[in-house]
Order: sequence, then structure tokens, then C-alpha cells
Amino acid sequence: MISGLDVIWRNLPFLMIQGFLGFGQFVGGTIRLAIPAIVLGFLYVEFFRGVPLVMVIFWMWFVVPIALHRPIPEFWVALTAFVIFEAAYLGEIVRAGVQSVARGQVEAATAVGLSGTQTMLFVVLPQALKNMIPSLVTQFIVLFKDTSLASIIGFMDLTKAAQVVNNREVRPFALYLFIAVVYWVCTYSMSRYARYVEQRLSPA
Amino acid sequence: MNYTFNWSVLWTGESGRWLLSGLIVTLELSALAWLLALVLGIVSGAFRTVQFRPLRALATFYVEFFRNVPLLVWMFFWYFAVPPLLPEPIREWMFDHGLEFWAGVLALGVYSGARFSEVLRSGIQSIPKTQMEAAAASGLTTFQAYRYVILPVALRLIIPPGTNESLNLLKNSSVALTISVAELTFQTRQIETYTAKAIEALTAGTVIYLVLCLGLASIMSWIERRTAIPGLITGGGRRR
Repeated sequence: MISGLDVIWRNLPFLMIQGFLGFGQFVGGTIRLAIPAIVLGFLYVEFFRGVPLVMVIFWMWFVVPIALHRPIPEFWVALTAFVIFEAAYLGEIVRAGVQSVARGQVEAATAVGLSGTQTMLFVVLPQALKNMIPSLVTQFIVLFKDTSLASIIGFMDLTKAAQVVNNREVRPFALYLFIAVVYWVCTYSMSRYARYVEQRLSPA
Repeated sequence: MNYTFNWSVLWTGESGRWLLSGLIVTLELSALAWLLALVLGIVSGAFRTVQFRPLRALATFYVEFFRNVPLLVWMFFWYFAVPPLLPEPIREWMFDHGLEFWAGVLALGVYSGARFSEVLRSGIQSIPKTQMEAAAASGLTTFQAYRYVILPVALRLIIPPGTNESLNLLKNSSVALTISVAELTFQTRQIETYTAKAIEALTAGTVIYLVLCLGLASIMSWIERRTAIPGLITGGGRRR
């Protein structure tokens, strides 16, 4: 018997790894501001924002085993797809965050003799990060909901578990409503938290 | 990499026809769901800004519940869970008339409606309060104020984020493949199943989605420029 709680626990590391890997894409996002990389970043972001996630998951499902010459578990396929897909959206958030930092800050940093890297690291990014937090939490909620799509390649997540249980119990209404509520409790509490953070961080 | 490409699978056999019919189903599904979402979004978005509390609570419940649960779960819900609750004759009729398609339209429309609602609400809230007061002062009822004063302005204000959500709807229509609606992603998978040429099939599907999304985005930015209200929309032209 696959209990709901068990499945949530199975999902938890999945989500956490995703969060961390996505976080690593911050750097990728800031690269969009450097002149030679702008085109590359632009193409990356625009491409993945114009393609459905389901498509990206199927791409990874077929391409990753071909590239690695061996079959890999659904978990890693889905994870790769989510990271690549979400990074495009995170890149956009990071770009908006960096660009929201007042120009005078960069000029002041240059004036006191900081190098470009130092300016980015010690002046721009800390402020940008603060501006980005609400959007990042929102994006994380979107990602949380999108993890349900991992079930289409057979990964045993909450949605897939509901399907499996339903095949045996045949009580679709109760089951699907139940997992809807489980998802809802998670995402709604996160969105409340996002709102709280937004209010705390916005200058009064 | 020992994968041999054979691009001709895309124009030999049934592939072309499958892709075309998939594209048509995707467009039909998206268009119907978009209409449903627009109606639900406008009504619930407006409800969320009225004074009358029960209406506001109803709209809030709708938005918060449907927006915060994955679309895939809603697909399964409308396809597997709801039909068994319906009376026998209706159910028979639905099974004869493409149940999965209509379940897909409902799931996508109701889910996206909740997201449209949020967009419209923020559009309405960005309109100065004095507009509503002026409408009330000139003797319009609340309905008339929304119909003739608030909504015409709000709907134009939200074209950029609305476009974004509409494109999301189009991309999300691919989730309908899980309830076996024969849309574009479904047909792409079918080509893959028949020809065992995954990369070619996926490339075809991906290119079609990209062209659709980028095309729609440029059309909408044209409409945005045409319908811009001078002095009200600042810094317009940003596509998303």
C-alpha cells in the first residue's frame, strides 16, 4: 500500500535537489547581462519559454539515454528536464532582478574601485537577490506543480501513485480530489509565505 | 552516439497528416479552453474586486483552489472522476462525443481561468479608485460601472500579462496527452512509436510549438500597440 505520506517523502529529495540545482542557475541568469553571452542567454530563455514542459520531458527521455549510451532512471530524466526548463524561467527572473538594481549602485561601486566581478558579487547581486525572492518563491510553486508531469514518463510521484491506487481501488473521485487537496495544501502555504515575504521586503 | 538520423520519416508515410491533425486538435483545444478561461477569468476577476463579500469569497475560493493544483491532476479529475458521477444518458452521450477532448477543454479552461482571474484582478486594481467613484457619482450601477468603465480599461491594461498566460495555456494544452487527446504532443509520440525516430519526431513537434508561440506573441504585441491607451500604459512594448 502506497500511502500519501510515503509518496510525499519520496518527492521531497526530488524537489530539494531541483531547488538547489535551479539555484545554481543564478549565475547563468546574470550571464545574460554580459554582451557576448546576451544572444546565447536570449536564445536559451526564449526557446524554452516557447516549448511545453511535456515536450522537454520527452526530449530528455529519448536524448539523455542516447547521449549517455545507457538507460537511466526516470527520476534523473525528469530532474534533467525540470532543471533545464526552469532555468530558463529563473534566468528571466534573475535578469529582471539584476536590472532592477539602481544604476547609481554600479557607478558608485566602480567609483570606489571595485572590479566588475566584485561589483556584481558584493553590490549588485545581494540587492538583486532581495528583489527576486517573491518571484523565486512563485516560480518554485510552479515547479512544485510541474513535478506532477514526471508521472507521464512513469516516475512514481504523487500523481502516478494516485493512478496506481485508482487502478486497484477504482475510486477516482475520492482519490483525485484527495491528491488535489494535498497539492493545494503545499502550494497554498507556499504562496501565503511568498506574500508574507513580499510584504516584509517591500519598502514601507 | 550511435543514433542514425532519418529525417525523411517526417514527410513519408502518415507523419505529415498526423502532425497536421495534432496541430488542429491543439488549436481547437486551446481556442475552446481559452474562451472558457476568458469568461471564467473576467467574471471571477471582477468578483474579486467587488464590495459584496460572498461573491468575493466564491471567486477567491475558485481562484486559489484551481490555480494551486497541478493541471495534470485536473485533467485526471475531469476525465476519470467526474463522468462516473453523471447520470447514465449524459455519460453515454459524452463517451460518443469525444469525452477526453471535452474533459481536456474543461480542465484547461477552468485551470487557466483561475490564472486569468489573477491577471484581471491586478489589472482592475491598478485602475485609480476615482474611476469607480466617478462612475458611481454619475449614477451607474455596479454592473454598468464594470461593463462600461472598469473592464474596457482593465482588459487593455492586461494585454501583455494576458498574452503571457494565453501562451501558457497553449503550451499547457500538451498535458492533455495524458488523457489521450490526440493533440500535437500526442501525435509526435505516435510518430516516434511508429518510426522509432524520436529526435526527428520531437524536433518537428518542438518547431511547431515554437512557431505557434512566437507567432502569437508577435501578433499580440501588435494588438497591444494598437489598443494602447495614451498616457495609461507606461513602458509598454515589453512582450512578456
